[in-house]
Amino acid sequence: MKAFSYLSAPDVATAVRAIADRPNAKFIGGGTNLVDLMREEIERPDTVIDITRLPLTEVEELPGGGVRIGALVRNSHLAANRLIRTRYPMLSQALLSGASGQLRNMATVGGNLLQRTRCLYFYDDAAACNKREPGSGCEAVGGFTRSHAVLGTSAACIATHPSDMCVALAALDATVVAESVRGERRIPISEFHLLPGERPDIETTLTADELITAVELPDVPVAATSRYRKVRDRASYAFALVSVAAALEVTGGTVSAVRLAMGGVAAKPWRAREAERLLLGGPADVESFRRAAATELAPAVAQPGNAFKIELAQRVIVATLAQLLAEGSAA
Amino acid sequence: MTQTQTQESPALPRAGRNVGKPIDRVDGKAKTTGAARFSAEYPYPGLAHAALVHATVGRGRIAGIDVTAAAAVPGVLTVITHLNAPPMKPPPPVSLLNLESLASATTVNYLNTDEVHWHGQPVGVVVAATLDAAVEAAALVRVSYEELPARVDFAAAEGRAKPQKGNALQPGESRKGDAEAALAAAPVSVDLRYTTPPHNHNALEPHATTAAWDGDRLTVHEGAQNIAWVRGHLAHKFGVPAQNVRVISPYVGGAFGGKTMIWPGTILAVLAARVTGRPVRLALTREGVYRTVGGRTPSIQRVALGANEDGRLTSLIHTSITRVGAVGGGPEQVTSQSRHLYDAENIFVQQNLVKLDLLSNTVMRAPGESIGTYALETAVDELASKLGMDPIELRMRNEPERNPLDGKRFAHRMLREAYARGAERFGWADRTPEPGSMRDGRWLIGMGVASAYHPSWQFAANVTVRLSADGTVVVRCGFHEMGMGGATAHAQITADALGVPFEAVRVEYGDSDLPTGPGAGGSGQTASVAASLLTACDKLKRSVLALARRSSGSPLRGVRPSGVEARDGGLYQAGAAGRGEAYAAILARAGRTSVEAQVGSETRMGALAGQVRFMSKLMLDRRRWVKAACGAQFCEVRVDPDTGEVRVSRWVGVFDVGTVINAKTAASQLRGGIVMGIGMALSEATLVDPRHGRIMNPSLAEYHVPVHADIPPIDVSWLNEPDPTMPLGLIGVGEVSITGAAAAIANAVHHATGRRVRDLPITLDALM
Ligand SMILES: Cc1cc2nc3c(=O)[nH]c(=O)nc-3n(C[C@H](O)[C@H](O)[C@H](O)COP(=O)(O)OP(=O)(O)OC[C@H]3O[C@@H](n4cnc5c(N)ncnc54)[C@H](O)[C@@H]3O)c2cc1C
Ligand code: SF4
Repeated sequence: MKAFSYLSAPDVATAVRAIADRPNAKFIGGGTNLVDLMREEIERPDTVIDITRLPLTEVEELPGGGVRIGALVRNSHLAANRLIRTRYPMLSQALLSGASGQLRNMATVGGNLLQRTRCLYFYDDAAACNKREPGSGCEAVGGFTRSHAVLGTSAACIATHPSDMCVALAALDATVVAESVRGERRIPISEFHLLPGERPDIETTLTADELITAVELPDVPVAATSRYRKVRDRASYAFALVSVAAALEVTGGTVSAVRLAMGGVAAKPWRAREAERLLLGGPADVESFRRAAATELAPAVAQPGNAFKIELAQRVIVATLAQLLAEGSAA
Repeated sequence: MTQTQTQESPALPRAGRNVGKPIDRVDGKAKTTGAARFSAEYPYPGLAHAALVHATVGRGRIAGIDVTAAAAVPGVLTVITHLNAPPMKPPPPVSLLNLESLASATTVNYLNTDEVHWHGQPVGVVVAATLDAAVEAAALVRVSYEELPARVDFAAAEGRAKPQKGNALQPGESRKGDAEAALAAAPVSVDLRYTTPPHNHNALEPHATTAAWDGDRLTVHEGAQNIAWVRGHLAHKFGVPAQNVRVISPYVGGAFGGKTMIWPGTILAVLAARVTGRPVRLALTREGVYRTVGGRTPSIQRVALGANEDGRLTSLIHTSITRVGAVGGGPEQVTSQSRHLYDAENIFVQQNLVKLDLLSNTVMRAPGESIGTYALETAVDELASKLGMDPIELRMRNEPERNPLDGKRFAHRMLREAYARGAERFGWADRTPEPGSMRDGRWLIGMGVASAYHPSWQFAANVTVRLSADGTVVVRCGFHEMGMGGATAHAQITADALGVPFEAVRVEYGDSDLPTGPGAGGSGQTASVAASLLTACDKLKRSVLALARRSSGSPLRGVRPSGVEARDGGLYQAGAAGRGEAYAAILARAGRTSVEAQVGSETRMGALAGQVRFMSKLMLDRRRWVKAACGAQFCEVRVDPDTGEVRVSRWVGVFDVGTVINAKTAASQLRGGIVMGIGMALSEATLVDPRHGRIMNPSLAEYHVPVHADIPPIDVSWLNEPDPTMPLGLIGVGEVSITGAAAAIANAVHHATGRRVRDLPITLDALM
């Protein structure tokens, strides 16, 4: 990896000043993604600014019933947090389904939001990749596409956003709080990650000099009965082929509240708004779950290597909602 | 976890005080505390670090190399390419008369040529004062190529496959009767096609070499499975006498076949040390292992079985296509088990090869049988379904008394017993045969069985055993310890053979200065060393007895060797309590500090004679016997009916591996093979991009070996019946347990879902 200079920021003000002053600098949280990418020569920062000393490690209850999560809370801590486990079980489960114990102990909330795709061709600098080198082409098309997306792709890029955590955040309407020398900015999660379009190298609306300081979760009562279901190629330590974050509330046989998002199938953490719209107010039964899932996946475009995801995603949506329904009526 | 030992056979030397016991491995503490030093951990003053530059085309010529940016990285000592590398001798042509010629993994004379033969071939090596500088500079080397068309697509090459030329050890084809005609005439038959993907080596310790020259003398620290090959090959390449090269390899962090041949990293580390005049370490990255160390071939297999209504096989056909690299690799014995497992009236087996512009394939745990048993044993299960017969019953009806092809005797075969015991331990009787008939909540439950089979081997081994006046014993043999427990096993064998405590024995291994040991391969190392070790111990006892017999003061005076037994730290008259004396006493009286016995010779002529003796014995043995380990694999899987996810939930393996020397390390070996078999069945595959031949998943994140959560409790046991034709009755345990494992899973998946998946790995999309 390229030689770089390192500095450790004691407080937020120093961190945002430092990054504003240096043209090719990167924050480092747990380093579990950045260091890998530096080793592969995909990221080549001149300066690495260590933010792990910043006092952004708390999970606090907000006045209106929401929760504020410091950007440096480790994935394992967040998963184990009592507030998260009881109010947003889908988030806790999503975190626990990601990576391995060692990685989760290192990984931070901020870093997880910004982790980059696991596309095999993105990771290999011998391959053509529009995300790495805009305009160079996309070697994944016609190659191994098992991990790739079927929703939200573009001609330029078919990569999947790999995060589990972000799928739950999408379902929960989280807000990303960012700080820079220009001050604070609040970005709804739905506007945080970008679809690839013609510029797959631009992945989020965060600017290069902004520091993520927190993620805020609104009060989402339905999230108390929620689940995260992840389907993958081995029992643990693999990225999702398909994952579903779902929350369901049924009143008198009718869906009175629902949240649904998907991972592993889309260019960004995929909020299944179309399915939610169909479900809400309709009958809570497998038939309508099926219809909703089919509608959500209708625009899907598959590659030869990932066509199974279209069917699989629908089945996982239906199974997860059915399970929530069964649990709900048992309770 | 369970281990079982059964009936003792009186015919052979049986479990003594140490043999058979679950003794902790002698190197366990060093390994768990970090005291054990692996080949990338040897400190040398002035040590430099090397990093490889890999070709990024599948085939072609190097048109230009720009090292300006690389050379400018602070700390870089040199960038070696074909433009400036000193000449090395090309690898010697392969010949069965010189087994060492098999050592070279490829025919490429690295950095002495502008030709590129595979995507990833090293085309440069950067040497720097620090690892970081070397790695950074390697990324800055710019290479341009004149690209040539490369054949890299295995599936597309199927039509070009050619029958493998056979030799005495690796037959390419065998037949008995007319299997095709019998198949056509059979009342019940299956004719099936199976495929398996390439697999890569993923030993915990990536390959690493530390090399230091002192004039014309070379010391190499290298995790190796054949240090004699490493020494011989490096001596040849660099034009120095073999005795000038010392290979030190006491700890090897797993190998599974991947450290048998000499791969480019080893040679280039030595070259880098030669060029820079400094000791050099070259530790491959995980990606480097994928790019420069071969793996298991992919395969396309046909298995056709014809049977009468009663299940008796009238026809067995097994043909395979595998690949080799244009610059090396060899046939894998995919049909090996199909020559021995079933008593079919007509048999045809044939292995075919395609040659591709890819890195050589190489041996990997049970090369051939691991994937061959998958196809054969799945097909047998398919036939059982078609016959409506229990798959164990079908196997038992076709269990041969003699080798089906030629009527040779089995040295040893207890497959019936393995099945009987396995069925009981597993609870096979509780299985309802109808696919999809067993459930646990939403999970579909499936149970499957398959046979395991692996031929047993024995190689030449030179050994010395020295007994000191203080009663301690040193065994010296340049064998290899990749985690199997060899040092522990041989201390156990020695302790029993000489009648000394286990703690009194020290075993020295993994150093080319020691008497030449066997390579670690073919599950043959323990048997090979044991044979020589027992002979050496015998010689040693005779020498000691000779000292005692000559001495008037000894109670053993005049006693014949046949009347003496070794026990309690000395020699005693058999059956007569107290009539004898301690080794220490005998040696002291004779004024000797030690007595040594030796088996095998290290001189050139002696080694050659040993080789010839060994080969003729081997051939004679092969003519008389069919020798193998076998076993019965039972597994239970759970399949999610919505998603097709498969989880293995139970495993029982019962193995016929002769005498077990160490119950603990043998159990680990057997269990490890099953774990690897689970990976083969469900998740492992090297992704070779058919457009250019580049491996696209060269990392543990994307090449899916099983993780803990994938592995259920594994119940392994063994029959512990000695093989009368093997030393101590032992058959190797290193490979047999991967065989049959994938088939057991495929069969269980069918039982759970009614689906036959004939292409590995069995991923969930095939079951949705
Ligand atoms: C083998 C492996 C398996 C994995 N499996 C999974 C999985 O199954 N599911 C899953 O979801 N994830 C998985 N991951 C990814 C893992 O979750 C991420 O690597 C991790 O969340 C990143 O967090 P980090 O703190 O280490 O980020 P870093 O590596 O430190 O940083 C990542 C990026 O975020 C930027 N950054 C970090 N913090 C901030 C901040 N506060 N403000 C602005 N920018 C910031 C960095 O500059 C960098 O660009 C896996 C990773 C590995 C290596
Ligand atoms: S899918 Fe996207 S990330 Fe992958 S190679 Fe194509 S452009 Fe690059």
